[in-house]
Amino acid sequence: MKALINLVEKVKPNFEKGGRFEKLHRSFEAFETFLYVKGDVTRSGSHIRDAIDMKRTMVHVIIALIPPLLFGIWNVGFQHYRATGEEVAFMDQVLFGLIHVLPIIIVSYASGLAIEFIFASARDHEVNEGFLVSGMLIPLVIPVTTPLWMVAVATIFAVIIGKEVFGGTGMNILNPALLARAFLFFAYPSYLSGEVWIETTLQEGQQLVDGFSGATALAVMAAGEGAMPSDFNMFFGFIPGSIGETSTFAILLGAIVLIATGIGSFRIMASVFLGGLAMGLILNLFAVNDFMAMPAYRHLIMGGFAFGAVYMATDPVSASQTGVGKYIYGVLIGVITVLIRVVNPAYPEGMMLAILFMNVFAPLIDHYVVESRVKKRMKRMQKIRLQTQA
Amino acid sequence: MSKIIKIKKGLNIPILGEAEKILNTTPRSAKYSVCPPDFHGLTPKMIVKEGDKVKAGSPLFFDKYNEKIIFTSPVSGVFSDLVRGEKRRIMKLVIQADDDNEFLNFGSANPETLSREQVINKLLQSGLWPAIRQRPYSVIANPDDSPKAIFVSAFNSAPLGADMDFIVNGQENEFQTGLNALRKLTDGKVHLSVHVDSNLSSAFLNAKGVELHRFSGPHPSGNVGIQIHHIDPVDKGDVVWYVGVQHLIAIGRLFEKGIYDASKIIALAGSEVLNPRYYRVISGACISEIIDTNLRIEEGVNRRIISGDVLTGTHVGENDYLRFYDDLVSVIPEGDKPEIFSWIMPNFDKFSLSRSFPAFMMPWKKFRHNTNIRSGERPFVVTGVYEKVLPMDIMPMQLIKSIMISDIDMMEKLGIYEVAPEDFALCEYVCPSKIEIQQHIREGLDVIRSEFS
Repeated sequence: MKALINLVEKVKPNFEKGGRFEKLHRSFEAFETFLYVKGDVTRSGSHIRDAIDMKRTMVHVIIALIPPLLFGIWNVGFQHYRATGEEVAFMDQVLFGLIHVLPIIIVSYASGLAIEFIFASARDHEVNEGFLVSGMLIPLVIPVTTPLWMVAVATIFAVIIGKEVFGGTGMNILNPALLARAFLFFAYPSYLSGEVWIETTLQEGQQLVDGFSGATALAVMAAGEGAMPSDFNMFFGFIPGSIGETSTFAILLGAIVLIATGIGSFRIMASVFLGGLAMGLILNLFAVNDFMAMPAYRHLIMGGFAFGAVYMATDPVSASQTGVGKYIYGVLIGVITVLIRVVNPAYPEGMMLAILFMNVFAPLIDHYVVESRVKKRMKRMQKIRLQTQA
Repeated sequence: MSKIIKIKKGLNIPILGEAEKILNTTPRSAKYSVCPPDFHGLTPKMIVKEGDKVKAGSPLFFDKYNEKIIFTSPVSGVFSDLVRGEKRRIMKLVIQADDDNEFLNFGSANPETLSREQVINKLLQSGLWPAIRQRPYSVIANPDDSPKAIFVSAFNSAPLGADMDFIVNGQENEFQTGLNALRKLTDGKVHLSVHVDSNLSSAFLNAKGVELHRFSGPHPSGNVGIQIHHIDPVDKGDVVWYVGVQHLIAIGRLFEKGIYDASKIIALAGSEVLNPRYYRVISGACISEIIDTNLRIEEGVNRRIISGDVLTGTHVGENDYLRFYDDLVSVIPEGDKPEIFSWIMPNFDKFSLSRSFPAFMMPWKKFRHNTNIRSGERPFVVTGVYEKVLPMDIMPMQLIKSIMISDIDMMEKLGIYEVAPEDFALCEYVCPSKIEIQQHIREGLDVIRSEFS
């Protein structure tokens, strides 16, 4: 270990000012801080600091993404062999999933990080850790059949237009991962709807089983025809869908990690679920069609609802930043998602649009929350003034 | 008995090396110092020249913008050295001490028989006036103001903070005399705050002429700013003053004996101190004489010596001096060693408010904190963290952002007049983006101050 540090220290001068690879200074620094926490000490202000930092924060989100990722990898294989009707061993399903999911993850990270590094060098700031999470979120919210070049284009679009033009991590208005998905959805609609959720490219000798349908539960409900999967299958995720979104169970495992470590906002998660449930119940009351009459809880286990609530809505940068604001933001996401799903079946995946929509409104919510806190403060000051004068 | 003011938000950082309640005396230092940078916003104008003989209480320099406020020597001796920093800023005045202290006599008097003017003049003359500070801005009080109240915090909640009940022991009379002098300075009340969990000294419990407040809860409950906020908050146009317990005792001595006796009791604490204890010293004493050989020597471990607590103190070297407002010297290890993959390791030896480290499962454990910052500065990303450690009706993140963009209107609305950098020290400690929050708060206060003066 010591040798490793020594080696880094030895090549370091090449990347410093006046060195041969001076331009790669920020990239070098990113790798260096990835290897070890530097021996940098506090220079002003508090002499000791809490052990947490951005890397630790982001890495815990990645840990929380592991359950849906692993389940997603298996489910890709499972859905494929279900479509072809072949009976294969568990490991074969996983292997099939790995072969199709890993390239997407690699492309997402490679293209996104490349942009991040270029911007960090050009602007001469440290490479921010934000993309570590975005790079994992993007593959999990798209169908496995998405062409790799499309993944790259969407990622690059999201990082540049979604983040860097605003000043980089921490300054963005929209959630970059969702922006990537929205970009694909509107730029290449045929690749993000219809029979795209299951990898059905057939090898020689394979064929689809009779009457096979790869439609998602949302599409089934929106079209008003086809067989709905059982609640059990939807909750545990044995259904077609984006790579990481199908298993509400796996997502809840991740939510436990986020809530236990205090890194994901419990307020937002809980209020998204509550908002969705409440809107579902309201629609039940006025039900005029099957979708409106569908039990409200089903909204929470269908489509990307759980994934969005746990991983996307909780992005602290694009979410509301005030305590009360988080409740308002969360509830509205839940409400709008269900509304879009049921009332406007042209966009069956309401979650993505609802979160992006509320991302835009989060600063407005915060503005009013701050204003009301300021008013309350003024009243309190006035009251105390009167008391002390009396 | 007044009701208890419960502070719920905040954090007691579990840190090793709390001082044992044993009082030692140190030999008289050869050198003492007064450091003008201790007083924020001060532009010193020299009165003495190098080589001049001074007594304890002799004027050394005054405030260029308020000539009434003078600063005096804590000991008798020869003013030997003027240390300047960047842009010829005066950093230190070093006094070569005599063997015995010779005091300038200001005449003893019972503050209760004096007028407000007389009390103020005595404090100004003796050089004890700078002990009285004001909110807003957390700077030396202006003797021409009349504050709506005066606050004394009788407990320390900062990490390794000196125990005031222990320190005041045997100095109860001087403390009360000091309080009597304070009462002359305001038409309002004098507020004295104690902590319910401490071993309350009779000096505080039986203090006369003050309103006693009981606080409970973690740091920063001992910060006078938090107490002001909960007792009688500062609004635009208000001024309140505050004094530390030890300075109050010095004020008491001034009135009882007529001299500026700058002695005080300080704690020497921290994980790198062999025997953390209390010491009786004179303000401005040389650090190396306080520490002497009382340090843990470990190969490859550098140490950081701090005058003050680990959250707000001043980084001083061994040959530097104890600062004016401090009653604590903390010694902690420097964190100048890289740690492989430390951002993902479990890290059983590190403390964090977040539950991403195992520390939260070991609430009994105290940690050997070092000075590693662990990351470069990042923009705001995580939200809702500062709110956990700031027990004030103030939105910390929004306030800091308004300071960053110099939005004076917003700063006022969000309560800039109530805050001081020290109240935000814990926010800076817990910040995952490693933003220099105390510095931002100070900048905000400076902007407001220059705008309205």
